[in-house]
Amino acid sequence: MDVKLKRDIILDNYQNPANKGLPNDEAYEKVNSRNESCVDNITVAAKVIDGKIEDVKFDGDACAICTSASSVMTKELKGKSVEEAELIIDNFERMINELPYNEEVLGELNIYNEVYKQPSRKKCALLPMGAIKKIIDEDD
Amino acid sequence: MNKEDFEIFNDNIIYFDNAATTQKPRSVVNAIVEYYTKYTANAHRGDYDISLKVDEKYEGVRDKVKKFINADSSKEIIFTKGSTEAFNMIVFGYMAYYLKEDDEVILTKGEHASNILPWVTLSKKIGFKIKYANLADDNSLKIEELKNIITDKTKVISLAHITNAIGDVRPIKEIGNLCKENNIIFVLDATQSIGHMKVDVKENNIDFLGFSAHKMLGPTGVGVLYGKKDLLEKLIPLEYGGGMNIAFSSDGEYSLKELPHRLEAGTRNIAGVIGLGAAIDYLENIGLDNIHNYEIKLKKYLINRIKEVPNIKLYNENFESGVLLFNVGEYFSQDVAIYLNTYKICIRAGNHCAKMLQEVICSTNTCRVSLYFYNTKEEIDVLIEALKNQDKILDTIV
Repeated sequence: MDVKLKRDIILDNYQNPANKGLPNDEAYEKVNSRNESCVDNITVAAKVIDGKIEDVKFDGDACAICTSASSVMTKELKGKSVEEAELIIDNFERMINELPYNEEVLGELNIYNEVYKQPSRKKCALLPMGAIKKIIDEDD
Repeated sequence: MNKEDFEIFNDNIIYFDNAATTQKPRSVVNAIVEYYTKYTANAHRGDYDISLKVDEKYEGVRDKVKKFINADSSKEIIFTKGSTEAFNMIVFGYMAYYLKEDDEVILTKGEHASNILPWVTLSKKIGFKIKYANLADDNSLKIEELKNIITDKTKVISLAHITNAIGDVRPIKEIGNLCKENNIIFVLDATQSIGHMKVDVKENNIDFLGFSAHKMLGPTGVGVLYGKKDLLEKLIPLEYGGGMNIAFSSDGEYSLKELPHRLEAGTRNIAGVIGLGAAIDYLENIGLDNIHNYEIKLKKYLINRIKEVPNIKLYNENFESGVLLFNVGEYFSQDVAIYLNTYKICIRAGNHCAKMLQEVICSTNTCRVSLYFYNTKEEIDVLIEALKNQDKILDTIV
């Protein structure tokens, strides 16, 4: 995928994020996540029923990478089983951390395949994944 | 000025994050290297030449610090790991035995975490009340507010001289007088001011003071706790071990050394202390008044120039320190910081470790430029050019 297209998708998800806004519904479990440098601050909310992510949303105050990655993540994980989600999250983390990974399972999340070039951005991309992991881990 | 004394700038880096830490001049680095290569030995231990030299150097720095802050005695100077340790010693070594349930401690929401969290932790144990003095519309602290909120239960006022998050300079002379008149202990966090302007503990009636060497050209991992002698005498050590005791026996009896060694357990950061001494020499050589005046002029230049840039919101332009907070339009501060990094410009984005300030200041995250004497107008010009190209900020995302 060329750089311009990737940038456009990231910008679109930053400026018009999908699934933004937290539901006022107790069926959703919420986890707040912040990175070590005290900047990005997001909350992910997911409704997991019988091992399936029925819905996932997020909200918060974060940079372009973190906000857009949260948006793309919610789109990719919605409707997936917990097992499928774990596979996606694991491969996404491997991609960001420059380890071998399977791009087939990542869908639109592949637009972050060059984030590793900017070490300061890695934690921003990983932040929403860390939050959703806490939710589905607790659900196991 | 004096930029040539800092090897790091050979790499054309533009360093505007001086409130986080400062760069080190060659003389500081050399002093540390000299200790490690010419006379490495422990302090207060040996009877041989290089050990005696270590004692002389280490205690010599204590005298330098004493003069630097105008303390009465070198015994009032305790070397710590930094401000954080100094504040924890004040709170858990002194206040834990001094404060009672009904007492009040005054802080502000603009303080650094190290001047809030120890107090909050102790307060949960003892039950004393923490009162946060209200900040004015410009987020500065006015002496009138302190006069209004102190009561006969107020035992301590603990404040930063200059806050790291907004850079306002507190009127410490007036605060010191207010404390003296009302029998209140005045604790000053001089971390952000000590390398930038003169701090005089006697003139300002400061009872306890803490600062870190690394924010005044010195190495990381070393700092100073100052306390008036009668207060430090009552400060219970938080650490026990070698170097601070006179004798101990199997019946559980022990006796401790006198100040300052009673409060310096274990082998200290000798290289760090020696580096701190070299930093003080360096600062005194330039003169703190010269440094302060230069920084104020440079900040004015920065403000005048940044106003040429569209979509800039400034948060603290009126304060007489080198700290400027801003945002660029709707851009998230971290995106701006990462973009500026492509110009080799180092700035800080975020909330600057004063998280309670979010409750006061309307924007949670800002970009922070914090200047020092080695910064130049030319560096500011590069920043302004970069900010004028603000439509490129998000080009850095891929």
